[in-house]
Amino acid sequence: MDVILLQLLNGLDKGGAYALIALGLTLIFGTLGVVNFAHGALFMLGAFCAVSFNALLSLELVTIDPEKTTAWGTPLEIRTPYVEAYMGDFGHWILNYSVPVSILLAIPVMLLVGFIMERGLIKHFYNRAHADQILVTFGLAIVLQEIIKSIFGANPIPQAAPETVRGAADIGAALGFDPGVIVYPYWRMVYLGFAAAIIAAVFAFLQFTTFGMVVRAGMADRHTVGLLGINIERRFTIVFAIAAVVAGLAGVMYTPILPPDYHMGMDFLVLSFVVVVVGGMGSLPGAVAAGFLLGILQSFASMNEVKAILPGIDQIIIYLVAVVILLVRPRGLMGRKGVMES
Amino acid sequence: MTTKLSPTGDLIFFAVFAVAVLTMPVWLAPVGAGYPDLLQKFAIFGLFATGFNLLFGLTGYLSFGHAAFLGVGSYTAVWSFKLLGMNPIPAAILAVATSGVFALAIGYVSLRRSGIYFSILTLAFAQMSYNLAYSVLTPITNGETGLRVLQSDPRLFDGASESTGPLISNLFGVEMTGWGGFYFCAVVLLVGFFIAQRIFRSPFGIMLRAVKTNQNRMTYTGLNPRPYTLAVFVISGMYAGLAGALMCITDPLAGAERMQWTASGEVVLMTILGGAGTLLGPIFGAALIKYFENIFSAFNEQTLHEIFSFLPDFLEAPVVSIAGLFVGEGWHLTLGVLFMLIVIFLPGGIMEGVSRIGRLFKRGSSKAEPNRQTAPAE
Repeated sequence: MDVILLQLLNGLDKGGAYALIALGLTLIFGTLGVVNFAHGALFMLGAFCAVSFNALLSLELVTIDPEKTTAWGTPLEIRTPYVEAYMGDFGHWILNYSVPVSILLAIPVMLLVGFIMERGLIKHFYNRAHADQILVTFGLAIVLQEIIKSIFGANPIPQAAPETVRGAADIGAALGFDPGVIVYPYWRMVYLGFAAAIIAAVFAFLQFTTFGMVVRAGMADRHTVGLLGINIERRFTIVFAIAAVVAGLAGVMYTPILPPDYHMGMDFLVLSFVVVVVGGMGSLPGAVAAGFLLGILQSFASMNEVKAILPGIDQIIIYLVAVVILLVRPRGLMGRKGVMES
Repeated sequence: MTTKLSPTGDLIFFAVFAVAVLTMPVWLAPVGAGYPDLLQKFAIFGLFATGFNLLFGLTGYLSFGHAAFLGVGSYTAVWSFKLLGMNPIPAAILAVATSGVFALAIGYVSLRRSGIYFSILTLAFAQMSYNLAYSVLTPITNGETGLRVLQSDPRLFDGASESTGPLISNLFGVEMTGWGGFYFCAVVLLVGFFIAQRIFRSPFGIMLRAVKTNQNRMTYTGLNPRPYTLAVFVISGMYAGLAGALMCITDPLAGAERMQWTASGEVVLMTILGGAGTLLGPIFGAALIKYFENIFSAFNEQTLHEIFSFLPDFLEAPVVSIAGLFVGEGWHLTLGVLFMLIVIFLPGGIMEGVSRIGRLFKRGSSKAEPNRQTAPAE
């Protein structure tokens, strides 16, 4: 029981990341009808927003303390980050909370990136074949990832979670199991809550605003919405930017869990595509459900007990599930008829 | 497109192509590509792209998992070296057979769906193979280290006689490195090209084009597209397997990274760059990409400074630093940009560009030629 609970928890945060990326992907599918292979790169860009924000904050003011000397006899250098030197405790707080605070940077940046991408490139591909869309966004993903690589280098850059949530919670003890069995890092809990909040926000936006209503109508029948005299193209740009922000925020908050490197986007992209397909092309609830489902399945498959029976299952479980689902339920778990079936 | 060629025309076309391929060492020497390692790559990737083009160019099914067959072919070839001896012929035949079986299994499942679903299914299968090759199948694939031939391997047919000889594949005494390797690859490429040409001209090829143009109508006329697509998928997988085997014949080492999906993306790029659905295009594309990869990755800051030394100083530094992003380590950036530019501006690839220029000249001389722009197929 406790083992199962532990794996369930372990799967949830990864599932949260999958769900967030897949949500954006399927939003773009459903409205714009574009297959965006660069969506993983947006996730990666978000993560690097956090990295650059942190790097910016960590610029150090070097002062020399004349009174003291180091062990080598040279004057002691005191290094304090500028924010701390000028803003005191508040600066220290910002530095500590750099990952969550960088959300404030990531939102405008990702909005801008999404806007430029849609206006500059994706717009021209609405009426091209899906193969072309896949190829051009694949090329864009390579370009984005190589740019990041040339700026930040090829090595992963670890980011620290804020001190207060750096430890791990002994959930097992709280629920009456033996202490020390179910230990879950606080930050993963934060991530889970964050993912849930973002998903809820996106759904609420689509459900309760007029704009969201138009977008949903566009997902159901783009053509008719256009005939009603609604400028659907403009909405598409905003939808694309929102999807970019969602992917970017997923990336920002994921940095303490996985040190970001330039190809993290590609790794997540393939999986997110599988998630979207399993959930059903163009179905938002399907994408979210499949994201969590596959995250949990993956963590169960990596249990030693399971691996003993089926060696290597943890490596392929997601793809296996996708293949089975596509063959048994061709439209995915919650897919609609006629989406992407040309 | 040159579909109107007569059989003799085809034969002449093939002969010209064959002469061009076999004399590559001569006419590519002035551009710095006249050495065997690079030319081997031209031939191998040309073959790979030709096979991919049979599937993508004719039927429009975009497979994102073709590298899996390349990997399977490589592993089979190395195992053939290990067990049977260093002769490339059984290695190539076995590689084609295994990758064919592999393609049959994957194709049977994947081809039940089309469009984007097909792409994702093939991608899923390729990733599965890649992950398995890295983890559980380590006894067969030797995991991260890569599979290589060892002196202690049985090598049934030549192990006893020359167990101390160098572990290089050789065809009845001709070593498969350097020029020997190139000519072997070139001959295989020519055979592959000839078969591809025959497929393009055959009723089978026309059926495949029908699949691309309008699968519904094809079904309405009472034809089931599945056997055709499955057959071409298997053929295409065999080409990839053969290309994988050639890689190991010229250098007996197989690694799992060959199966990664970026490798699948590369062959897609080659085909698109050259022109999908044309015979020569993919080979052009493969050669161009391998050529520029070779040239560009060799550049460094120093060579750039020499190239741009004609610029005034205040311009030179920024130009060099910007150009520096695109060469050496940053070669992939060039590749990505090139990829985007081709898809955006020249979806038909180089071959379309050539025919556009050709049309331009034709129109200049005789205005009677009507502009027959073919509609892009979905």
